[in-house]
Amino acid sequence: MSTATEARPKKQAPGATVRNWKAPIGFGIGALVALLVFAAGSPAQTAVFRISDDSDRFRLADVALPATAVGWFTAVALTLLAVYAFLQVRNGRKLNKWIPIIYGVLFMIGFLTWVVGSANTPSISLSGLIAGSVTLAIPLIFGSLSGVLCERVGVVNIAIEGQLLSGAFAAAVAASISGNAYVGLIAAAFAGTMVSLVLAVFSIKYFVNQIIVGVVLNVLVSGLTGFLASTLLSRDPGAFNSPPSLPDISIPLLSELPIIGAILFKQSIVGYLMYVAVIVIYIGLFHTKWGLRVRAVGEHPQAADTMGIKVNSTRFWNVLLGGAVAGFGGAFFTLVSVSAFSRDMTAGAGYIALAALIFGRWNPIGAFFAALLFGFFTNLQYVLSIVGTSVPSQFMAMLPYIVTILAVAGLVGRSRPPAASGTPYMKE
Amino acid sequence: MSSQSQSGDSSRSVLHRLMGGSTLVALLSVVLSIVLGGLLIAVTDERVAETSSYFFSRPGDMLSAAWEAASGAYIALFQGAVFNPRADTLAGSIRPFTETLTVATPLILAGLGVAIAFRTGLFNIGAQGQIIIGATFAAWVGFTLELPPGIHLLIAVLAGFIGGALWGFIPGILKARTGAHEVIVTIMLNYVAVYLVAYLLFTPAFQNPGSSNPISPRLDDSAMFPLILGSGYRLHLGFLVAIAATYGVWWLLNRSTTGFELRAVGANPHAARTAGISVTKGYVVVMMLAGGLAGLAGVAQVAGTEKVLTGGIAASFGFDAITVALLGRSHPWGVFFAGLLFGAFRAGGVQMQTQTGTPIDIVLVVQSLIVLFIAAPPLIKAIFRIDQKKKKKKSNKPDRSEDITTPTAAGGLA
Repeated sequence: MSTATEARPKKQAPGATVRNWKAPIGFGIGALVALLVFAAGSPAQTAVFRISDDSDRFRLADVALPATAVGWFTAVALTLLAVYAFLQVRNGRKLNKWIPIIYGVLFMIGFLTWVVGSANTPSISLSGLIAGSVTLAIPLIFGSLSGVLCERVGVVNIAIEGQLLSGAFAAAVAASISGNAYVGLIAAAFAGTMVSLVLAVFSIKYFVNQIIVGVVLNVLVSGLTGFLASTLLSRDPGAFNSPPSLPDISIPLLSELPIIGAILFKQSIVGYLMYVAVIVIYIGLFHTKWGLRVRAVGEHPQAADTMGIKVNSTRFWNVLLGGAVAGFGGAFFTLVSVSAFSRDMTAGAGYIALAALIFGRWNPIGAFFAALLFGFFTNLQYVLSIVGTSVPSQFMAMLPYIVTILAVAGLVGRSRPPAASGTPYMKE
Repeated sequence: MSSQSQSGDSSRSVLHRLMGGSTLVALLSVVLSIVLGGLLIAVTDERVAETSSYFFSRPGDMLSAAWEAASGAYIALFQGAVFNPRADTLAGSIRPFTETLTVATPLILAGLGVAIAFRTGLFNIGAQGQIIIGATFAAWVGFTLELPPGIHLLIAVLAGFIGGALWGFIPGILKARTGAHEVIVTIMLNYVAVYLVAYLLFTPAFQNPGSSNPISPRLDDSAMFPLILGSGYRLHLGFLVAIAATYGVWWLLNRSTTGFELRAVGANPHAARTAGISVTKGYVVVMMLAGGLAGLAGVAQVAGTEKVLTGGIAASFGFDAITVALLGRSHPWGVFFAGLLFGAFRAGGVQMQTQTGTPIDIVLVVQSLIVLFIAAPPLIKAIFRIDQKKKKKKSNKPDRSEDITTPTAAGGLA
């Protein structure tokens, strides 16, 4: 659609300079916010970010940032960047891709210093903040990996929410009955695959609009698990809904490193699986023959078919695989996060995962970082409500969603989904 | 493709349409979904589980228990949705039906919002947020302004429409200007709306004085929809608004230039652009209309059924509206009857839950199964073995004539 035309600026005739004012305008608004809020409204406190926890073996000193100085510094720097972007665009030059990243990091520093500095106790644990972000992001990452697998092969997967929820349900029930959390993990993958099976059959075999099947599947899974939860599970919660938890596995020594220890080397098996899945799917999609075929089917099924790739069966198996991956993410809810299933407990995580996948430009690594960003903002809201901030908690809760809208409108507007995503393939 | 199938339909005989066409498929879909739902109720029933332990010695016990569980639940649902023969008076007997109409009102209005966007090739998942913001606007007018009766209600309805339209404008303009996908933006705006209302209900402008709960003061009577059948029933004038809106949307889509342009954009945006129709304008206009219609659903809730603004004002109507629009195949009157059906399910489901203890979630299961089956006519035809002989020629193109109106532009997550 309209993105497609923006997606390939290089193809424009050399004489025609198309000026994209999105970046300078966005930068300008951000700089204005920084000037008014971070700088002019800066609190007279020092924001302290604790890098190390007391339990860490290797400890680093805390970072103390005076809120007023940092506020003015970031505001001025952001304004300069906005002016620079304005001049670049006016002269018809392209903006260096690092500029938005630098801008974002500066804005985050300014925002964090301001928000922590104006809290009642202006001190937060940076390692706790980041570790919590990763934990919150785990189901989102699994969900968006499922989306990547499906969309790269040309099937839009709106049913991520349903896959997560079914995974959470199956994990709780299977782990409770067997008394073994790992059985629950496998059951979760199976349940996710079953949801995918319906998606695949209806969208690939019966050519039903993929978005419709996805939306309806979410309702179906929500109704089904809600029904079973209030009949079978509530009748005997001890037997059906008290799954054992998956323990955290700490890797000796490494897990005691500051910050990265907690996020990389002190996770449950689901957490480690998440890292493995991101890397394996990335390598699989972009560095193997299988991945090339998958992407060919997603981009140009006719051409792929001509080359002898079985389009619909490739799609079918990829969608099933996506369901299994999302199922693992669902298991996180009942085997790691909370140790019981409750109705609609995924609470829209699947939709956030969908946004993360688009934000991450249909790339496993991109989706990983996008999901982390969500986890970060969600966790920031929890952390700030503990230290007591002047910002109403509802606005903090809104942040991840507003950031997504800005990101989708501003940054991702230029990215492009797999060309055949959403269109069924019918052999001529 | 749906417009083609519509014109094709009219040339065929009514009998043919009933026997082999979409009506039969729709009917069978509903029957099959209800049967599957009944099976689910029976399988999870406690008495069925007890009797199944001695199934091989006395199979009749289990079968009758299963039948009683499923039929009992559905009878309770019917009595809660349509007609209650056990009531003492006629007024009591027809109360369930008026409840159905009351519940159907926001479903129809929001469903129209989803449908009209669908016809233009946009997938509006944001009805939930649009209902919330519409209700918020209408509620503020309702309990803050002091206006004469009639005018007060009119302004409240207008405010609700504008509130919803504003919430629809954001994804519309972002889609048109930046290409941001409306599915993502509307989903995100749903959450933003939820938190925005949660915040507002703690501010002095919205919170009921003297209350510590997030709840607004009651709307003035002058801003409330009058009750149609007197104070004994909850049915209010909002239902007539829903009928009027259905007709309005039908007229807009099928009789007006704007509607033609919107449908053209939905059918093929590239062709529409070539023909001189502004696609970007179409996106903005239709999203504002869609949001406005959902906003009216919010008005129906806050100025008709609930009478106060709370965080849960939209219930799950915004999401149910999507299934309503799908079941109604994005045709205004289809949406109207789909809204009535789902309204009946919901109203009856409440009664069923209190009477037989069957969780209301079964309604969600049956509803989603209906939409799934209706979307895949070949599946239904295969299950019931219809049309098998006639379809022997086996064309390469699958049978998509009965497909739900699925604009091509709503496909990929661009």
